Amino acid sequence: MSDMSKVESSTSTTARIPSFVLMIIFITLALSLTALISAVSFFTSGEEVIAGYLLLIGALGLAFSTYMLLQTRRRMSSLRIEVPPVMSTIECKKCGFKNVREFQRGDYIFKEVEPCQKCTDKMLITAVYREVKEKDKEKERSSF
Amino acid sequence: MNIIAAMTTLPNTLVAQIGGDYSWIFNLLFYVVFIVFMFYGQRIQTYVMLREVEGSLYRLRHIKDEGRKIAIETIKEIGKPQADPSVRVDRFLEYFTIAPQSLDPAGVVWKLEHILDVRDTRLKDDVKLMAPSADETQTNNLENTLEAAMALNFIYKVIRHYYLLGKKTLSLYVIMQIQMILPLVMREAEAYASALKAFAYGQPIGDGAGALVAAKLMHGHETKKIAKDCVVATVPIEGRTAYVIKAEGPGGNVGKPGDAVKAIAEENEGKIANVIMIDGAMKLEGEAVGEVAEGVGAAIGGPGVDQFKIEETLLKYHLPINAVIIKEDIGDAVSPMRKEIFDSSDKAIERIKQVILEKTKEGDKVIIVGVGNTMGISQ
Repeated sequence: MSDMSKVESSTSTTARIPSFVLMIIFITLALSLTALISAVSFFTSGEEVIAGYLLLIGALGLAFSTYMLLQTRRRMSSLRIEVPPVMSTIECKKCGFKNVREFQRGDYIFKEVEPCQKCTDKMLITAVYREVKEKDKEKERSSF
Repeated sequence: MNIIAAMTTLPNTLVAQIGGDYSWIFNLLFYVVFIVFMFYGQRIQTYVMLREVEGSLYRLRHIKDEGRKIAIETIKEIGKPQADPSVRVDRFLEYFTIAPQSLDPAGVVWKLEHILDVRDTRLKDDVKLMAPSADETQTNNLENTLEAAMALNFIYKVIRHYYLLGKKTLSLYVIMQIQMILPLVMREAEAYASALKAFAYGQPIGDGAGALVAAKLMHGHETKKIAKDCVVATVPIEGRTAYVIKAEGPGGNVGKPGDAVKAIAEENEGKIANVIMIDGAMKLEGEAVGEVAEGVGAAIGGPGVDQFKIEETLLKYHLPINAVIIKEDIGDAVSPMRKEIFDSSDKAIERIKQVILEKTKEGDKVIIVGVGNTMGISQ
């Protein structure tokens, strides 16, 4: 288990977005907000045409910078290599006691492991598998 | 003409509504954009595609680097080498295999088999040098880990080649080729990325579905080595004698089922009532993972050497062959085995028993071959 978490954390640290890209996005965001505020002040002072243009520019800038921010977030999350949780099922053939635990390095199907908690007979790994989340299964399903 | 007229009047009417004095700016802007797209449309499309390939290339480089890192970490952890294995790993990642010449196709299978054997021995020897403390199972798993890292390195280099070629030539058609197949390439790369972890930990993978079925059938029965990296057990099933064959686990291995089938058929002088092969097979989109299907023919993938050998044996002794497949996609085949695939192994066993009952008589001998990588599956 510790091995797995180590790999997962190491994969996420290398995903980096250049700081100048982030700087441009934030400057655009700030300018767009300024344009929107100015649009409001021009509108109240009766300059409706200029207010309209500023509103247009502000809205476009805001939409662009928000889109870019979301894109960079998506890019960062897509760089992670997911480690699905893998489970090992351990069974006692004598008394039928069953235990499901997380996979440990060295586990394999039909490996004899620690004695049974109930009858002290040797237990056997009978299954090693990963379960796919319901959300991912939904994606696979098709109406055709 | 009507469209052009509508397009030219549209900005005017829109701008007229927004503010009359500044309408010329919008008019000019519209014409500039129109002319730019008319003359540089293809160039812009090329840049957009290049950008898309660049994004995927960035991700591929990340996956490839992670692969290398995982391989080195696993070697250090399991193999306890004296020196840093990084240089050897880098050399390993650049290995290549030259396919035999097939201008005269007669005997090409044996040449291919020889090349693959030499490659396998070479890779195993290198892994042993890199990881001196690893046992047989760990050596096989490490070899598989390094092969997955090698595949990722190759995918990255091919995509990079086309990206740079497209950038140099600015040819839409060079870029388009790679951009169109990119989603499939990325899917394969991601499958190898998850395989890498499964190999490093020695977890059973989806490709081992056939081996799992054979393991379940032969568990508790005495096994003996039959061919290179292959074991066989004699199992009584429904009053018949079944020779159950699988690659020797739990290390990552596919064995040589072709040689094993040949040896069993020869041992029994061709008196085999049926040969049944079980393998994980590629599913089509829309089909459920773990679906079990039945058919005829040698159900085995890979470079084709073992399929050829099995078909030769079948032909020599006129043996009927049935196949049971468990459906999965490329991602499932190389990543840790999904529960659906694991559960379908019992359904596959039921199908095998049904085939045996329908196609053979009591007292007959049958060969059952569980095909696939037996990583994480003992016998």
